[in-house]
Amino acid sequence: MKLEGRKIYKGTAEAEAIVTREGISFYGGVDPDTGKVVEVGHELEGQTITGKVLVFPTGKGSTVGSYTMYRMKKNNTAPVAIVNEQIDTIVAVGCIISEIPCVDKINISNIKNGQKIIVNGSEGIVEVK
Amino acid sequence: MNLEPEEKDMLDGKYGKSAKKSMEILTTLGEIFDAECMVEIYSVQIAGVSYANLGEAGLEFLNEMAEDGKVRVLTTLNPAGMDRENWQALGIEEEFAKNQNRAIDTFAKMGIITTCSCTPYLIGNAPHYGQHIAWAESSAVCYSNSVIGARTNREGGPSALAAALTGKTPKYGYHLDENRHGQVLVKVHAPVKGTDEFGVLGKIIGDKLVELGKKIPYITGIPSATVEELKSFCASVATYGGTALFHMEGITPEHNRYPKPGDIVFEINQNDLEKTRAELIDADIEIDFVSIGCPHASIHEIAELASLLDGKKVNKEFWITTARPTKRIADEVGYSKIIEDAGAKFAADTCCVVAPIKGRFKGIMVDSAKACYYGRAKNKFKVKIGTIEKCVEEAIK
Repeated sequence: MKLEGRKIYKGTAEAEAIVTREGISFYGGVDPDTGKVVEVGHELEGQTITGKVLVFPTGKGSTVGSYTMYRMKKNNTAPVAIVNEQIDTIVAVGCIISEIPCVDKINISNIKNGQKIIVNGSEGIVEVK
Repeated sequence: MNLEPEEKDMLDGKYGKSAKKSMEILTTLGEIFDAECMVEIYSVQIAGVSYANLGEAGLEFLNEMAEDGKVRVLTTLNPAGMDRENWQALGIEEEFAKNQNRAIDTFAKMGIITTCSCTPYLIGNAPHYGQHIAWAESSAVCYSNSVIGARTNREGGPSALAAALTGKTPKYGYHLDENRHGQVLVKVHAPVKGTDEFGVLGKIIGDKLVELGKKIPYITGIPSATVEELKSFCASVATYGGTALFHMEGITPEHNRYPKPGDIVFEINQNDLEKTRAELIDADIEIDFVSIGCPHASIHEIAELASLLDGKKVNKEFWITTARPTKRIADEVGYSKIIEDAGAKFAADTCCVVAPIKGRFKGIMVDSAKACYYGRAKNKFKVKIGTIEKCVEEAIK
């Protein structure tokens, strides 16, 4: 299944999807050293997003979150791509400075946890295998 | 987006690596928010200065940008995590100080003026009515949009830096007339006086806006307000409501520019002020820290503190947080000596929100509703709001 969205940051990545219906705050909500979601009570609390395609509705929280994403990239704990319903500035800027392929305007209910997906950030397309 | 030839050249890398990365950030934001073009800006205020927030990753990004990046417009910095001269006396660790200075040196390398203050408009980064700017720091964004009538969105650290390195920002949001109209009519039916009370008012309005899902209040019933009261109000309404712009009848320059809202009306009376003030006072507080200057104290506020502290002795940790240039004026005039003789300390370049003081104190008394929010949320203090006079009284008790 091919889902057409909007390109946010270029590049292609293929990996397992980790999906949540809740917003993600990279600053304070994700541990950049382990790649684990640490926000108390979050649907993904305790799960690692490293090496996966992180699928969530939109970002939230402090603008410092962009730097957290950059730090994750440098630490090799970052997700390989990001898919959003509606991008926010923190995640958009984070993807640009960290060079993480990113697409938004995707109906994320079409993507199930654990599915293999390909994100083409240059074309704005997400393919569910 | 329609880009000018120079903007395209930046995007193509003809102006170097950091200009290219900056233009990538700005055009992407422009596409997301449907901006038609870029707009030239007069100045930039950069947030994300404290090493506690930046960390090594943020610093690495800044270093990468500083390799060939130079600012093209007047650019100033938000408060850092410490006083750059007096950090030892304020209990900051040497390792932190070293890292904080590395960050500030990197900003300096890009040509940024390293006055670390949340009130750039008091110390020379002073846009005028209608000018486009790209500012971070929510209280300063609110002040510049509302009190000055300049135009900025709420920028984050990287997008503000990108604007500084290119001299441009995408033209959307608060840069456009159509997005600056008041949405909620707020009628104030009680006298409001002092920085603390304007902070309380900011919290009432901010909380209500969040409940209503609205952003821009049009406020009536405030006959006069000082710069200090307005800066306190801005900090509070931005903290509690995410507000970047308000209009205040008879006070702010754009209050007559757009149609006055009438569909949603919200009234505030004396009871509301008292109730909300009570929310900013923890019942079981044990005060061991008093801090004035959130946002950074003006020279007028420092003069008032000097007069209140003259010949007195404080018995609690007492910080006056301000911009370095304002502190220099206080030194010249003699206020600093009076204040320091009383045992109070200046904490220039920093503030009680960004300094790494989590858990160091039990209870903080302030005249700022914004400081109450972060005192609780970030530093785990009990809080109490009061007038500057009451804060000094508490400190010398």
